[in-house]
Amino acid sequence: MTDAAIPASWKLGAREGVAVPILTVLAVVVVIWYAAAVWLNAPQVAERLDRAGPDWTAGDLVSGAWAMERPVLPAPHQIAVELYDSVIGRPVSSKRSLVYHAGVTLSATVAGFALGLAMGVALAIGIVHVRVLDRSLMPWIIASQTIPILAIAPMIVVVLGNLGFTGLLPKAIISGYLSFFPIAIGMVKGLRSPDPLQLDLMRTYSATKAQTFAKLRWPSSVTFLFPSLKIAIALALVGAIVAELPTGAQAGLGARLLAGSYYGQTIQIWAALFMSAFLAMLAVGAVGLAERGLTRYRGGRL
Amino acid sequence: MGMERFLVTVVVAAAIVAAMVVLARDDRWPARVAVPLLFGALLLWLWEMVTVGFDVPRILLPPPSMIAAALVGHLDTLAADFHQTVIRSVIPGYVMGCGAGFLTALAIDRSPFLQRGLLPLGSLISAMPIVGIAPIMVMWFGFDWQSKAAVIVVMTFFPMLVNTLAGLRDTGVLELDLMRSYAASYGQTLMRLRLPAALPFVFNALKLNSTLALIGAIVAEFFGTPIVGMGFRISTEVARMNVDVVWATIAVAAVVGSASYGIISVIERGVTFWHPSFRA
Repeated sequence: MTDAAIPASWKLGAREGVAVPILTVLAVVVVIWYAAAVWLNAPQVAERLDRAGPDWTAGDLVSGAWAMERPVLPAPHQIAVELYDSVIGRPVSSKRSLVYHAGVTLSATVAGFALGLAMGVALAIGIVHVRVLDRSLMPWIIASQTIPILAIAPMIVVVLGNLGFTGLLPKAIISGYLSFFPIAIGMVKGLRSPDPLQLDLMRTYSATKAQTFAKLRWPSSVTFLFPSLKIAIALALVGAIVAELPTGAQAGLGARLLAGSYYGQTIQIWAALFMSAFLAMLAVGAVGLAERGLTRYRGGRL
Repeated sequence: MGMERFLVTVVVAAAIVAAMVVLARDDRWPARVAVPLLFGALLLWLWEMVTVGFDVPRILLPPPSMIAAALVGHLDTLAADFHQTVIRSVIPGYVMGCGAGFLTALAIDRSPFLQRGLLPLGSLISAMPIVGIAPIMVMWFGFDWQSKAAVIVVMTFFPMLVNTLAGLRDTGVLELDLMRSYAASYGQTLMRLRLPAALPFVFNALKLNSTLALIGAIVAEFFGTPIVGMGFRISTEVARMNVDVVWATIAVAAVVGSASYGIISVIERGVTFWHPSFRA
């Protein structure tokens, strides 16, 4: 999208006027959530109140709906309390601490992301420089974006488990596998982004392939690399969480989700969900920070 | 692996590689199609020869011939899984999620305030592991297709919303001024100019969502299904060590994924034939 295509009114509001609308939308979401919690939990609460006695008020119903132990939809403050308890209330080493589980998932995510980054960048360099690789591999890499490769996760976990690999490695492999494709595609685009004029200039300097790569292709690929890195790390997190589902893993956010769904602990599920959303923000934010830092270091403007 | 078999494997593989190298210099389209196909053939050939020749345990990696046999042998089961997962879960969820995202984008198009509030949140949510809501949806909507469709609705809603909003903003100032000089109403400008201009963005979301929807359905089935469905098949057959059936299911999923992407691309070509990317 070019700059000219953005309406002026949009551009004006883009910087300073975002906080108020976002907060408004969030507030509306919270209000709807509380209402929905009453609506969804009401049948169960009403039944319990009926058993206790015939006369109860709407106030009892509402407060009951917001304080159930296993609600259909927990109220936001219940999730907040659960998050607080399991993040701050318990020692980090405890198996009931959400920080511990988030750490397990995050370590698999980061390990897988590093794996995918190394593989993706290496392959992109090969594709840009070797014609056969470009013609034969690139169509497959693009096609692989259209297939649900996440479906392979349980098999990798079980097969590697049979070979004696458990814990971090299978999860990291799945995360790496998922993050590999967007990185490879973004990197190929980036390494090809220098225009013919610049490449010709390098040729007139009689620069070697390695020099052209180090001084022109690599630096110009960075702008393309970071957006795909953000997609890739979000995918890596999804991969790590899904990889924790099939084996009845003992630790990790995926395991918390699964345990919560087995025992009907809805509050626990929601807390794990919020934690994984927070991790996603953290991971994508970290990549964004690295991008800012690098751009500033290279003297670019943001 | 016997000496003879080893030699045959190497010679055939070398021949394929040589053909690829020669064809890669050719810029015409038959060569451009042939090289990736040859690469696929090479991969299958090496996979088959190595797994059979070195007696790789089937649980680890079954040879392609065995996967093909499983595909044929379990055709009824796989067809039932396809029906449950794709026809009953993915398609309704996909249509509802994409439709809701599109309509929401149209609804808030006239409110810059709501757009500024929803757009950043939408992009944020798009980056989140939404598949995690699968256990909750299974609790709410039961084991059958409704819970899968619900997961898909949530997963596909936000990419569609964000892309449609971006597309509606992508109309050029000149074109907008032209419409104004025609005294076109908001509705006319929307229908004649802004929606057509937004279509490439909408199709982007449709393509992205087709993969997301399939993933959503399969992962949601890990959390509970009636005893049919692709996600159910993968998780149970993995536990029973029937890895060939798992691979066959994955092959079906891959074909479904690329086929739906292909269909959407064909429709896109037909509908947005005027777009620069198709006029080259």
